[in-house]
Amino acid sequence: MAAVSLTVNGTPVTADVDPRTLLVQLLRENLRLTGTHVGCDTSQCGACVVQVDGKAVKSCTVLALQLEGADVLTIEGLAAPDGPLHPMQEAFRENHGLQCGYCTPGMIITAVDIVRRKGHELDDKTIREELEGNICRCTGYHNIVKAIAAGARAMQGGGAATKAAE
Amino acid sequence: MTATGIGAAVRRKEDQRFITGKGHYTDDINRPGQAYAYFVRSPHAHATIKSIDVKDAASMPGVLRVLTGAELAADKIGGLICGWMIHSKDGSPMKMAPHPAIANGKVCHVGDQVAVVVAETLAQARDAAEKVKVDYAVLPAVADPAAAQRQGAAQIHDVAPNNTIYQWHLGDPKAVDAAFKAAKHITKLDIVNNRLVPNAMEPRAALAEYDTGTGAFTLWNTTQNPHVARLVIAAFIGMAPEHKLRVIAPDVGGGFGSKIFIYAEEVVALWAAKRVGRPVKWVSDRSEAFLTDAHGRDHVTHAEMAFDADGKILGLRAKTIANLGAYMSTFSSSVPTYLYATLLSGQYQIPQIYCEVDAVYTNTVPVDAYRGAGRPEATFVVERLIEVGAREMGQDPAELRRKNFIDKFPHQTPVIMTYDAGDYNASLKKAMELADYKGFAKRKREAARHGKLRGIGFSTYIEACGIAPSQAVGSLGAGVGLWESAEVRVNPTGSVEVLTGSHSHGQGHETTFAQLVSERLGIPIENVSVVHGDTDKVQFGMGTYGSRSGAVGMSAIVKALDKVEAKAKKVAAHLLEAAEGDIEFKDGKFSVAGTDKSAAWGDVTLNAYIAHKFSGQELEPGLKEGAFYDPTNFTFPAGCHICEVEVDPETGNTEIVAWSAVDDFGVIVNPMIVEGQVHGGIAQGIGQALCEGAVYDKDGQLVTGSFMDYAMPRANHVPTLKVATTVTKCPSNPLGIKGCGEAGAIAAPAAVINAITNAIGTEALAMPATPQAVWAALQKLNRMPRAA
Repeated sequence: MAAVSLTVNGTPVTADVDPRTLLVQLLRENLRLTGTHVGCDTSQCGACVVQVDGKAVKSCTVLALQLEGADVLTIEGLAAPDGPLHPMQEAFRENHGLQCGYCTPGMIITAVDIVRRKGHELDDKTIREELEGNICRCTGYHNIVKAIAAGARAMQGGGAATKAAE
Repeated sequence: MTATGIGAAVRRKEDQRFITGKGHYTDDINRPGQAYAYFVRSPHAHATIKSIDVKDAASMPGVLRVLTGAELAADKIGGLICGWMIHSKDGSPMKMAPHPAIANGKVCHVGDQVAVVVAETLAQARDAAEKVKVDYAVLPAVADPAAAQRQGAAQIHDVAPNNTIYQWHLGDPKAVDAAFKAAKHITKLDIVNNRLVPNAMEPRAALAEYDTGTGAFTLWNTTQNPHVARLVIAAFIGMAPEHKLRVIAPDVGGGFGSKIFIYAEEVVALWAAKRVGRPVKWVSDRSEAFLTDAHGRDHVTHAEMAFDADGKILGLRAKTIANLGAYMSTFSSSVPTYLYATLLSGQYQIPQIYCEVDAVYTNTVPVDAYRGAGRPEATFVVERLIEVGAREMGQDPAELRRKNFIDKFPHQTPVIMTYDAGDYNASLKKAMELADYKGFAKRKREAARHGKLRGIGFSTYIEACGIAPSQAVGSLGAGVGLWESAEVRVNPTGSVEVLTGSHSHGQGHETTFAQLVSERLGIPIENVSVVHGDTDKVQFGMGTYGSRSGAVGMSAIVKALDKVEAKAKKVAAHLLEAAEGDIEFKDGKFSVAGTDKSAAWGDVTLNAYIAHKFSGQELEPGLKEGAFYDPTNFTFPAGCHICEVEVDPETGNTEIVAWSAVDDFGVIVNPMIVEGQVHGGIAQGIGQALCEGAVYDKDGQLVTGSFMDYAMPRANHVPTLKVATTVTKCPSNPLGIKGCGEAGAIAAPAAVINAITNAIGTEALAMPATPQAVWAALQKLNRMPRAA
């Protein structure tokens, strides 16, 4: 076992983990942050995407011990529990960008990252290409693409929740 | 229409928890003291097990128990079953082979369960599983359904000579032969309906707990039908008495059919929980899912359609070999028979149809219902035949369809079904407008200038949903009835809980069912909770598949609401001191006809419970009613999907450039949710047509065993979709609903392949139409295709 200290959703945490523990296991099993999901074992599906130091990372692909001192943001921390939703969360609901909800946390965190890298005016082609690492089996992507375009524009408004996530 | 009633695009009530990471899927649930199960699985497609040595594994750190099939058998835990009896043409029953939850002496596919390790942590269970020593005697294997019945093929089960499960047929072969003799033109096709892996994004999982104090089990499980799981596990597998087994299906991350079935792992988790005296959790990883979730499709078919000189269809015949895999999964037998051949009439007047189906065992993962289940296979046969027929006869494919459409209802097909309502011309016409069919020739010329081959393809599909009248399915071999139940509990404050036997795993029932209650009772949807997926809360239910939740599940709610309203009127009559017959109920208000006396919904519900205004002898206190609804017919959603593609002849790559879908789902409760269902179905159909395919090598190894090798449709495979509807009300249920869950997956494959073959000028193209397959088909034409 080895110790690792990092910040998760703004809270400092220290955990004693088996060295082979993945970040997603640390989040789900040690911290019981079960909003981050596991949909595959080959780093293909993107259900486990979280932010590490401001960038989207597949949490099934990093070891917890690599995260010493890192700042991790999960879907649970995207908006304050007592505050408004993040504009991207709101856009997914408004545009029916989810059905079973399983890929959704990874999609939303990825979407926020797309906006960080590509800006607020996103065309369909860009969004579809940027979603290369995220699989959804329910929606046919149509409404996810719509949601991300709308969420990107809404983030330009820069609500409180947006700033927290950026 | 009210703002939250039937027909309103209400935003989903369930979304709040999903977009904030607060969903509760099975793997999100943890029980104190829980241990973890990991399965040792066969690396061979077909082998006898000479011995299993668990000694080393059992002494590994953290290991609680290593359990084998022999112990399972010793504990008299029964095997898995198929619940739909099919008889062969000669009258003999289907050949169902034993399917132990852990193999006992023999394995029949790669991934078959051989032993299970239960340990303190998952990592410890995995480590120990590697130490289980299994001595196999490898046997020859067969994976290809077309080869399974051949002389010399590996024999998988003693009960099924030549690996044949049944040889079934439907229709009148002599009448079909006569129709073909009279034909002016016959179109013939050899079709492989490719094998698919459902791949719901949430892998299957089971968490089992045994209470030694009460002798009761609880199972949290990724299932689409918790009550059916409980029934089968209790009555057939004998794991626990029905009243001592609680099955909870919490949030379930997609199903598409694959979570209907009763699987070995949940049975073993229950058994192991009792054996080790601790809660036991099992979660499939994706690689395991590829090797254990029931796959879909996998048909090999020869089909022919006979036309007269005017292009009128005279008859259709099809001979299909259906691969059911190594064992018969829960409903596998029904898929290539009564869910397939009964839909071979499509939207057309076809006087004679004959279909023969041989179902075979192979050394592959079991095959069962996957989104559409039999109906996509039927639609692919019919829609390819008519499209190719049109090309061969030099007719416009839309016109040939129109000429053959059924236009009078009810319509009795030669293959059991009675279509109740539809307007196939209307959906075809609207889809052609949406697709700008008239402008296609110009777009094709334009594409040619850029070196691209542009093609257009139709699919005018039909499906049978709202599964199904219990008596009818019983007469066809089903082991269960397919009604649905509902209970409406009205609280003293007027809020409502709806308990339903339907199960939502993405469909949004918490919203749509609340919309129905809101419309009927005139209360806001916020005041309605939908309770589902727990056998301790909902008394019984048949679950969600076959687009039955709207047509059947909501009809049960309507029946219960009728009873609630009748009872509430009695309460209101006492409250308003009027005759019961004079009470009217509208927009959430009870009033006395011809007076200004009225009572609000909440006044009446409160009075139902305080019971001050009536004696318990004349009226029972309380306001809670239940209903079981058994449908009178299947429902028949239908529509027209038009796909337009551009093929790059240099690379064989296909780009879907436009999609126009017009569907008739009857009355629509929430158009936003319905569109979402159509989008998702189309994407799965596009996946089947363009990229998905489970491939086995000749030794029975699955070579497409992960998302690295099995090409799931991604965002850039799917175009922006144009989706619209037409409406003919379904006459066989109170709301007029037909169902929408499978339409896209049924319609899409034929539309895509019709478009690509139109573009490239050859019909010799199998699914998935990968760039390599399309390029090879073009090369085989032995000429560079002419531009326009």
